[in-house]
Amino acid sequence: MTTKSQELLNWIDERFPLTSTWKEHLSEYYAPKNFNFWYFFGSLALLVLVIQILTGIFLVMHYKPDASLNASGIPVAFASVEYIMREVPGGWLIRYLHSTGASAFFIVVYLHMFRGLLYGSYRKPRELIWIFGTLIFLALMAEAFMGYLLPWGQMSFWGAQVIVNLFSAIPVIGPDLSVVIRGDFVVSDATLNRFFSFHVIAVPLVLIGLVVAHIVALHEVGSNNPDGVEIKKKKDANGIPLDGIPFHPYYTVKDIVGVVGFLIFFTAIVFFAPEGGGYFLEYNNFIPADPLKTPPHIAPVWYFTPFYSILRAVTYPLFGIDAKFWGVVAMGAAVVIIAFLPWLDRSPVKSIRYKGGLFKGILAVFIVSFFILGYLGVLPPTPGRTLVAQICSVIYFAFFLAMPWYSKLDKCKPEPDRVTFK
Amino acid sequence: MSVDQKMDSGRRQLLVATSAAGGVAAVATAVPFVASLTPSERAKAAGAPVEADISKLAPGEMMTVEWRGKPVWILRRTPEMLSSLEKTDAAVSDPESGKEMQPEYAKNKHRSIKPEYLITVGICTHLGCSPSDKFKVGADSGMGEDWHGGFLCPCHGSKFDLSGRVYKSMPAPDNLEVPPHKYLSDTTILIGDDSKA
Repeated sequence: MTTKSQELLNWIDERFPLTSTWKEHLSEYYAPKNFNFWYFFGSLALLVLVIQILTGIFLVMHYKPDASLNASGIPVAFASVEYIMREVPGGWLIRYLHSTGASAFFIVVYLHMFRGLLYGSYRKPRELIWIFGTLIFLALMAEAFMGYLLPWGQMSFWGAQVIVNLFSAIPVIGPDLSVVIRGDFVVSDATLNRFFSFHVIAVPLVLIGLVVAHIVALHEVGSNNPDGVEIKKKKDANGIPLDGIPFHPYYTVKDIVGVVGFLIFFTAIVFFAPEGGGYFLEYNNFIPADPLKTPPHIAPVWYFTPFYSILRAVTYPLFGIDAKFWGVVAMGAAVVIIAFLPWLDRSPVKSIRYKGGLFKGILAVFIVSFFILGYLGVLPPTPGRTLVAQICSVIYFAFFLAMPWYSKLDKCKPEPDRVTFK
Repeated sequence: MSVDQKMDSGRRQLLVATSAAGGVAAVATAVPFVASLTPSERAKAAGAPVEADISKLAPGEMMTVEWRGKPVWILRRTPEMLSSLEKTDAAVSDPESGKEMQPEYAKNKHRSIKPEYLITVGICTHLGCSPSDKFKVGADSGMGEDWHGGFLCPCHGSKFDLSGRVYKSMPAPDNLEVPPHKYLSDTTILIGDDSKA
């Protein structure tokens, strides 16, 4: 480094912790050397967040959150999305990047969460990282749900109608609460405007704050790894973990490979299948919202369907309160219960590599039921399907609630002292 | 202040008192913000009654009018449709309309003022979707052999009969709501207002 730029850096460092922050989080953040494929998805989630924020900023320049009808009898909000798609130069690309980005966000985040499940990344001392992560997942669901109303298509309208009405199932305060959420007695212009506000300002701020907390907590305790052993237990004379390598340049370079691979898939979808076969952008959403007519089949976007199936699976009233309230409770609990994993898992080892057949078998059954729930959530309900959804919902909750017992019973292999690395 | 110095309890009390007062002020400031989330005066005023002309409605036909942003159905029932209500009596969860889902004058088997006309809000009492009409009966309806005609909610599969009465063991807890309404003449209905003259 030339003296001039070194002088400038010194000048800054005396006033702002630039070099020390760089070292703490990148060049001297020691991550385990045995990261594998699964460790791409954290940095990819960050990449998608940046894509969503950037494309979102440009979309807001042309989008209008207005439910009133224009001269051709089309809602202004719906028409402004069509305007972006057809008349704004490059608008179609920015919009498809944003809509595909929403689905990509959930794909990446689900894989990132599954990684945590595989390698016990939620176990002590990483409980807070996991809780922040669960909150990020919740914020992401709110963000996606409110964003979905903005195009003001049939699915936007009726999806919001159903989800907001969920809150009216809460005893006593429910009906008033749903009116406060909508700002009207029905989903209307008031609802569209406040969802716009939440989608572009409030929730993104919360999301970014949580992501910072997630990473700060991670860098405080250090990363887990596929063997689930603590690299900080074996350090060299300089206090550097023997199995640790600096995040920069080693993992920055590795993650760039992940980014390139991801962008190949992502842009292929954006350019060749932006509707994702009706799963990323539902066909009914190409029809303007009609408050008088529900489409013959409504289903949430794919990333909500497992939880939506759990909601529908509850068909029995309990303690004199409607089944719909308990459906809402079950759906909420299905997300919140994830946060309790650190205290539910009592296994002597963290990683799936050293867990026994019992845990692996139960995890496999759990994953299969989660996929079945997701699949059933896009289909109209029939008595047979409802029964299957009920069985899968029980498996979903049993995976968590029975974990303190089966994770102890499981015959685990001994953990190695250091990470395995070829 | 060093650790061994005694805490000045007078100052501490002042500190607690001012913090509490500040907290109250902060909560009070939240009131207008929360209030701004509730329906505006304009939204509250938008509930004006609407008139429906039913002169062109043929027996067995249904029309939809918008009232307070919601679909209101007017179904002109045929004698067969009305007789189907006898058959569904045992299958619906609230056959006598015991729950407060209708004005007093519609608390009867046909859930309407005139048996021929059913006037009901076309919003499922489960989560607010608008059910589709399934007026065909029997196997033709795609609803099973013993279907007597009615409505099916596309969202969660709740079924209603031709009086908007919900079948037993459905996600929807209540019958479809009958809005306040009155006949201005034989062919005109006012929806949203049932005050007498």
